[in-house]
Amino acid sequence: MALTREEVRRIASLARLELEPEEEVRMAEQLSAILDYVRQLEALDVSAVEPMTHALAEGSAPLREDEVAPSLDPEVALGNAPARAGTCFKVPRIIE
Amino acid sequence: MSGLLDLSIAELSGKMARREASSREATEAALSRVKETDGKIGAFLAVAAERALEAARASDERRARGEVRSPLDGVPVAVKDIFLTRGIETTAGSRILQGFVPPYDATAVERLERAGAVVLGKLNMDEFAMGSSTENSAYKPGRNPYDLSRTPGGSSGGSAAAVAARQVFGALGTDTGGSIRQPASFCGVVGLKPTYGRVSRYGVIAFASSLDQVGPLARTVGDAALLLGAVAGHDPRDMTSSPRPVPDYLAGIEGGARGLRVGVPREWLQSGVEPGVERAVREGLETLRRLGASLVEVSLPHTRYAVAAYYLIAPAEASSNLARYDGVRFGLSVRGGSLRDMYGRTRDRGFGPEPKRRIMLGTYALSAGYYDAYYLRAQKVRTLIRRDFDRAFESCDLVAGPVSPTVAFRLGEKVGDPLQMYLADIFTIPCNLAALPGLSLPCGMHPGERLPVGLQLVGRPFDEATLFRAARALERELGPPPPPRGV
Repeated sequence: MALTREEVRRIASLARLELEPEEEVRMAEQLSAILDYVRQLEALDVSAVEPMTHALAEGSAPLREDEVAPSLDPEVALGNAPARAGTCFKVPRIIE
Repeated sequence: MSGLLDLSIAELSGKMARREASSREATEAALSRVKETDGKIGAFLAVAAERALEAARASDERRARGEVRSPLDGVPVAVKDIFLTRGIETTAGSRILQGFVPPYDATAVERLERAGAVVLGKLNMDEFAMGSSTENSAYKPGRNPYDLSRTPGGSSGGSAAAVAARQVFGALGTDTGGSIRQPASFCGVVGLKPTYGRVSRYGVIAFASSLDQVGPLARTVGDAALLLGAVAGHDPRDMTSSPRPVPDYLAGIEGGARGLRVGVPREWLQSGVEPGVERAVREGLETLRRLGASLVEVSLPHTRYAVAAYYLIAPAEASSNLARYDGVRFGLSVRGGSLRDMYGRTRDRGFGPEPKRRIMLGTYALSAGYYDAYYLRAQKVRTLIRRDFDRAFESCDLVAGPVSPTVAFRLGEKVGDPLQMYLADIFTIPCNLAALPGLSLPCGMHPGERLPVGLQLVGRPFDEATLFRAARALERELGPPPPPRGV
């Protein structure tokens, strides 16, 4: 199954990836090859099979009490911030 | 002093207990070994020499006071660069995290240090653990200590190479589709992917959360058991970590192979396995039989679908996990223009080709109209693969076969063809999909290439002890592989 450049562009946009034009071409080829390969799963009848949605041996994650506990100090949490304003992460303006 | 570096963890620990060596001597020897050899191997992304020497000094002082914490106290080790280490740059092999200095330690690192281990630094890996050769590292490719023209495997290639090259006595890696076992087999060391949930993933940079698991690499089975014992166990900060108690993995390790029923999947030694690999694996199985185990033929009919299911499930989870690299809170941030521009440019410049490919694949598999056909179907096939193992374990105690269809391949051999690279994971992926423990043990050398071959042992959930016992019986019989000649 061949993916078109338009589909690659649509997926890249969903994934917030800005690809170069030559990357789009290569991506279309490589993804098409991989999708061709995974299509062999269609040979299996899975209509009566439950999906394995997690890998927990216990069957489900245990619940814990919802208690207040210490978390990272704001100064520490901001330590790697590319840009900050006070105790906030600074981003480009999103509302005009 | 280099004689020290050939010792196992257990032997070094004994020497330190008898005051015949100090942690400082071992740590200095390891640091100079890294300095001498790493230009060729490329196993390290960061060396924390001062911090290591300080930890060694503290360990020697504890010993002088009679307060030794564990057999790992004072032992130089290192961890894959996917583990957060407070104060030491952590990149997961990616440009998008260049310069990132974590504010806290991963639980596994915290536990290693609590046991007294000396952490020398951070080990090279494929970017975000995506790859099978350590060529996808954004910083430098890793090389195999047995043959520098070949890859050490991946994604934990730095971990395997550092242990094989005697730079450290043991290491931690992570395994999502074979990333501990395959490099262990390529580099002639012992590597274990524990049962999903056995080791906390807290502070481990996430790739595919339902598959990722932390595990040890070491030069002996006993050392791997020791390392697992130190890091395993429940962690309230990882809700997928199991509350089951951690057994003493060394207790039954000398129990021998007698009486064990070893399942040999008929699908695993069919076409596609290199003759030299097949011979070494068959000899390993024969040795187990000679030691008193019985070989039982089992069938894992859905193994052939594992790679296809994996390359939908893992990228789907990755596309979600890697959404956090957006240039807002940490890592690379390419500013200018709108918020949307910042996201797109940061991610385009920060991610290498393999993470981009997987993000794209995962986004596609999860997107409207395709979810049922791809992702949901893959999860159902995952159930079938798990059932295959459940059925096999009705007639055997462990399953054995090859780790990889080939020995270490050459740098550049597969980078141009991602699908070929993926297909090399055919024997390791089923274990991750089924959430089972899998161990790679050196089982001889490929006669033509003089490269190590790994035998894979897969166990029941949380039955790592049986894997250690069988592997130890084989190790006693086969002896260690010859030391690497590349460095």
